[in-house]
Amino acid sequence: MTESKQNVFQWFVEVFCKQWVWQKFCVNLVYKKFDKWKGWLYLSPALVLLAIFTIWPIFNTIRMSLLEGYTTMKAVNGQSFAFGIGNFTRVLKYPGFITCLKNTVLLCVLTVPISTFLALLIAVCLNSIKFLNRFLQTVFFLPYVTNSIAIGMVFAAMFNMIIGGSVRPDSVGIVNNVLEALGFNYVNWVNAGSEYWANIVVMTVYIVWNALPFKILILLGGLQSVNKQYYEAAKVDGTSRARTFWRITVPLLSPMLAYVIITGFIGGFKEYSSIVGIFGESMGPVGDAYALDTMVGFIYRAIGNQEGTASAAAIILFFIIFAVTMVNLYVSKKKTHY
Amino acid sequence: MSDLNVMQNRDMKKVSAQQKVVKIIVKIMLYAFLITMGIIVLFPFYWMIISSLKTMDEYRLAIPTLIPQYFDFRNYVDVFTSKDLILGRLFLNTLYVGVVSTALSLVITVLSAFAFARLEFKGKDALFALLLATMMIPGELFTITNYQTVNTFGWMKTYTVLIVPFLVSIFYIYLLKQNFMQVPNELYLAAKVDGTSDIKYLWKVMIPLALPTIISITILKMMGSWNSYMWPRLVANDDAHRLITNGLRTAFTDASGVTDIPVQMAAVAVVSTPLFLVFIFLRKYIMKGVSRSGIKG
Repeated sequence: MTESKQNVFQWFVEVFCKQWVWQKFCVNLVYKKFDKWKGWLYLSPALVLLAIFTIWPIFNTIRMSLLEGYTTMKAVNGQSFAFGIGNFTRVLKYPGFITCLKNTVLLCVLTVPISTFLALLIAVCLNSIKFLNRFLQTVFFLPYVTNSIAIGMVFAAMFNMIIGGSVRPDSVGIVNNVLEALGFNYVNWVNAGSEYWANIVVMTVYIVWNALPFKILILLGGLQSVNKQYYEAAKVDGTSRARTFWRITVPLLSPMLAYVIITGFIGGFKEYSSIVGIFGESMGPVGDAYALDTMVGFIYRAIGNQEGTASAAAIILFFIIFAVTMVNLYVSKKKTHY
Repeated sequence: MSDLNVMQNRDMKKVSAQQKVVKIIVKIMLYAFLITMGIIVLFPFYWMIISSLKTMDEYRLAIPTLIPQYFDFRNYVDVFTSKDLILGRLFLNTLYVGVVSTALSLVITVLSAFAFARLEFKGKDALFALLLATMMIPGELFTITNYQTVNTFGWMKTYTVLIVPFLVSIFYIYLLKQNFMQVPNELYLAAKVDGTSDIKYLWKVMIPLALPTIISITILKMMGSWNSYMWPRLVANDDAHRLITNGLRTAFTDASGVTDIPVQMAAVAVVSTPLFLVFIFLRKYIMKGVSRSGIKG
């Protein structure tokens, strides 16, 4: 082999190898880089929207809550605001907000236990029958597929009295008709001059009715996955039905129970549209507007004119929901049997 | 010996007969309870329908009739011809917003769920955890700022404002991601070797396999627009863009708060009917979707 030939060969190898390595490098660069970015590319529409409508609001709402007396109008006019917790103290001292807080908590405390217990009872009964099972399941799920404003209007009509010329109203409403048939006196539930406790009863009935389907569905799903052996064992031991219920069914269902109770509380603290359904936007009987206002109602009314206050109220709501959820999780961790 | 046997036998029979009686009584009580509760649950629907078929005079009777004296469909005619509630327009608005937002939302959800389930990129898990964490925050907290944002964008009283802010639901992404992850990864790698593009793979393999979840998401999203109340009222409550629920709440009540209940009930029945139809035909998907979500609408 001559020197020149060897050189050519070396040169060829060198160039070819470099070329090849270079190519591989390029391919790697393009593909690997693209692979790295492909995920972000697919996520981009979601991320852009989330940045604008979810992430930015978190920061901005916190900012507005900490600027005393912040309103968009004043901000547009170039006014500056002092930094501080004035919005929070003002909201917590404002009687209207206290009413909202009281109503919300009261409705939560009333409706969550009642609806959970009723749903558990119905689910257990449904689980132990065969005939009509499918049909009844559908019936109990039906309230879920409704418009809570629309059906709220039906409930309002059922409790509503139509005042006539005489002392006694022309029509006292179907619920009062049933009460009178059972020997009670009729009650002014939702009309002008109705009392607070009566309004709360109406709201409780409606919210429980509305909350049942979801809870029944979840609990029934849980019951169907419970191992039948436990019940066989209880039967062999001659355990009573009540004992079986409290000692086997409830513990085995506890994860689902914890779930429906937590979601129930979260939903309860955000109660709003069911009250609009029954009482309308005035959030109370005629002549007593906002008697049944809730936290969410308070926030919505402050949007567009009192952003600082609204933000502070929303953050308070967040902390309440957060705290209640944490307490629930803590309790359920102690009591749940997996 | 045989005497003892006979006695034992007789006792056994007695016990089993007793058990049978107890069992039957329990069954009767079970059914009585369930049927009573069922009637209570259904009663508002029944009351809505029969009230919508009554005249106001009959509705005012001191002792209400459980079946209308004669079926009067004039209330329904009133609902559709009323100037108080332009039902056709409300229906069209709601349908338009529902269909467009559902379609766009599905595209975004599928792409995002695919990225989270199949693609590898830096910070994926952290990002997903961050997004899940935002689900704990009540929506009202976002609404305050979003109201300002859409105002700045000049979107007030448009269809855009009803559609765009709620296109991304982290919950739906989560739901679909879980479903996508059940598809074995080998399938994706095989498709890659064959040179199938991601989009084609998504369309031909992932979407058909996750179809039940996608149908559930579609129905829940559509129901959501049908039932949405607060956001539309804040940002687009003018005659041209008003949605059905907003129109319904204030209709047929005069300034002093007196309501024409039979006509109102007819309107409620008309608004509720599409939901019931969807429920009857797609019950399986709704119940499946709801049992995994717990989100109303």
